[in-house]
Amino acid sequence: MAKPARTRKVAAKPTAASTDPDFALHSLQADHEANRKFAASDDQLLEFYEQMLLIRRFEEKAGQLYGLGLIGGFCHLYIGQEAVAVGLQSALKEGLDSVITGYRDHGHMLAYGIDPKVIMAELTGRQAGISKGKGGSMHMFSTEHKFYGGHGIVGAQVALGGGLALAHKYKEDGGLCLAYFGDGAANQGQVYETFNMAALWNLPIVFVIENNGYAMGTAVKRSSAETEFYRRGTAFRIPGMDVNGMDVLEVRAAAEIAFAHVREGKGPVLMELNTYRYRGHSMSDPAKYRSREEVQEQRDHNDPIERLKKELAERGRSEADIKAIDKAIRARVAEAADFAENSPEPEPAELYTDVLVESY
Amino acid sequence: MAVELKMPALSPTMEEGTLAKWLVKEGDQVGPGDILAEIETDKATMEFEAIDEGTVGKILVPEGTENVAVGTVIALISGEGEDAAPAPASAPVSAPTTAEVHTAPAAAKPAAIQPKNDPEIPAGTNMATVTVREALRDGMAEEMRRDDRVFVMGEEVAEYQGAYKVTQGLLAEFGPKRVIDTPITEYGFAGIGAGAAMGGLRPIVEFMTFNFAMQAIDHIINSAAKTNYMSGGQMRCPIVFRGPNGAASRVGAQHSQNYGPWYASVPGLIVIAPYDASDAKGLMKAAIRSEDPVVFLENELVYGRSFELPELDDHVLPIGKARIMREGSDVTIVSYSIGVGLALEAADTLAAEGIEAEVIDLRTLRPLDKQAVLDSLAKTNRVVVAEEGWPTCSIASEIIAICMEDGFDNLDAPVMRVCNEDVPLPYAANLEKIALLNSASIIAAVKKVCYV
Repeated sequence: MAKPARTRKVAAKPTAASTDPDFALHSLQADHEANRKFAASDDQLLEFYEQMLLIRRFEEKAGQLYGLGLIGGFCHLYIGQEAVAVGLQSALKEGLDSVITGYRDHGHMLAYGIDPKVIMAELTGRQAGISKGKGGSMHMFSTEHKFYGGHGIVGAQVALGGGLALAHKYKEDGGLCLAYFGDGAANQGQVYETFNMAALWNLPIVFVIENNGYAMGTAVKRSSAETEFYRRGTAFRIPGMDVNGMDVLEVRAAAEIAFAHVREGKGPVLMELNTYRYRGHSMSDPAKYRSREEVQEQRDHNDPIERLKKELAERGRSEADIKAIDKAIRARVAEAADFAENSPEPEPAELYTDVLVESY
Repeated sequence: MAVELKMPALSPTMEEGTLAKWLVKEGDQVGPGDILAEIETDKATMEFEAIDEGTVGKILVPEGTENVAVGTVIALISGEGEDAAPAPASAPVSAPTTAEVHTAPAAAKPAAIQPKNDPEIPAGTNMATVTVREALRDGMAEEMRRDDRVFVMGEEVAEYQGAYKVTQGLLAEFGPKRVIDTPITEYGFAGIGAGAAMGGLRPIVEFMTFNFAMQAIDHIINSAAKTNYMSGGQMRCPIVFRGPNGAASRVGAQHSQNYGPWYASVPGLIVIAPYDASDAKGLMKAAIRSEDPVVFLENELVYGRSFELPELDDHVLPIGKARIMREGSDVTIVSYSIGVGLALEAADTLAAEGIEAEVIDLRTLRPLDKQAVLDSLAKTNRVVVAEEGWPTCSIASEIIAICMEDGFDNLDAPVMRVCNEDVPLPYAANLEKIALLNSASIIAAVKKVCYV
């Protein structure tokens, strides 16, 4: 079960971790705790709501299409975790910063403004899919949006993200890389190899551990000796942040602090986003490792979309407005599903294209 | 509008299941997330949840029904007026069935591309004598001067000047930004290199030896080789993974293995294994310029050997083109990397005994220059493959398959392979010598296929 966000009193100001003899793991956490909520404008609030709802409805539809046999293979849904991708990605500089993640990638792509139609068409394996139907749920990319995947090997995206950050630094373009991984991937060796080099070379990278409580079906306390994941960079002098990933405004506020630190050339930051996935690990997950009540508890009392809906109401958004948004998003998702169902499959000749870029 | 609830597929392989239990009855109001039914598959019992709000209408498949096919309508749910989501699929759309897949028209394979020939060396070109080590370094340095995106990373490549001195002098010329010493962490830096390539740079990742690249092979194959395909051609990974490969001298089993066959089996990779200095330089430059990921297999025992190399401003050789190292009419010896030297040695000895062997250096292991092998086979009608590496599932096995499939009518004798012994490489000097490819065994194999 997602651990509650902790509060603690720490006094340290952000400093370059690698040179400061008084390096403190909690240096950024103190700033975060001093200013937990992002002061969103009404428009921003509405945008966050729409983006999160789009992810929710999209994923529900993907689940349905899977049940109908239109989506095959592995399909990992992001339902419950929406505030993480939306809160973080809303703070990025579009067209400059790069993003990379693992196989639970639909939500990150939608949060980046990538057309739901081409994502859904990829899930159904169609020519119009973002990877021409050759990648599937776990392997989607949009170099145009600087979204670098969509990687199926647990933890690989962390090292690749280190490379994207190296490229930002090499080109001196001022960009940073946001590299997402789960509490499961956090136990992979290459993650720590990357932490080491990222800190050693002062790379502009934000490591984001989406701790949804379970590595597939294994609860964090059954797989991890240190379950406070934000501490996992301590050995490499990487400051950690412990963030409530179920509140988009808290996520966004934390992102501002982390990104500023990295952009100032102070090296990597490790953020732990405490979140929860309502659905199984993948579509074929019997969910016997947790209770129905645990899931319901999160849905009823900690849902990021319901939380924001309340906030919108408090700011005077009418019920009718919110219904209208919901309706528009349902229509958009239905349109994406129709497109994905009715687009043609790839031509057989596509089998042989894109193996290599050049001809030899 | 009533929404049809269909028997869901709950795993990639599920075709039917048992509707174990209904947890709702007709007339019940349901909301998103409510469990409607329990469904048993061969692996597990799964809960089937409602997606939208609505009222359970007719239940069409009673609980306890076995072998309910995926897609069967099991119940109807009436939606919540106009706000209800449209039916998941208005027309029954189904994924292609297995039968359809089997009868789908096979795709026409693209015609084989003829590899380009080596560029002509202009008459009067000065030939310098350089070592393979220097040729590799010069190839890298020239490309680094030409393209700012090219950089080198690896263990001891900068301040130490390279564990085998291949990167000697690069730090002085290009500085620490472009010649990067890494910690001893192959999986990590191979991934960082691949990510940098995806991000628009042109990394050259040196492995101190390819034995250590086994720690990194996931990124070479899963990240570098497959991404262009999986992204529908969107995301390239132009990177060179290079370093010494194969047996060195008395370094034991863990440091003495030829990975040529491993990498050459992977679509999406280019695999180059040069022998002499000219090929080392010309193919290194081509590898760095390639838009595709390249595995560049060098050989420690060849680094110090000197060869002639044309002094040209821009000596670039074609990837995918084999080279006839010595012409002959009686038998073809196919080899690559250090094996080429042994094959040439064997050919000299054989010539003294009246057998003229043609020696082919494959140079590139993927894509393999099949035509060069088949043309030579057509000329000599006999083939021996000499490979410094294990025999099983080797490049030699591949060459034999090519000769069988496409050159059978030209064969006057079975194709023979001469490889290392099929054992981990031993340390003892005498055992190591017996285990490795040598010219005597090539000569013996040639005599066998020539029936002398």
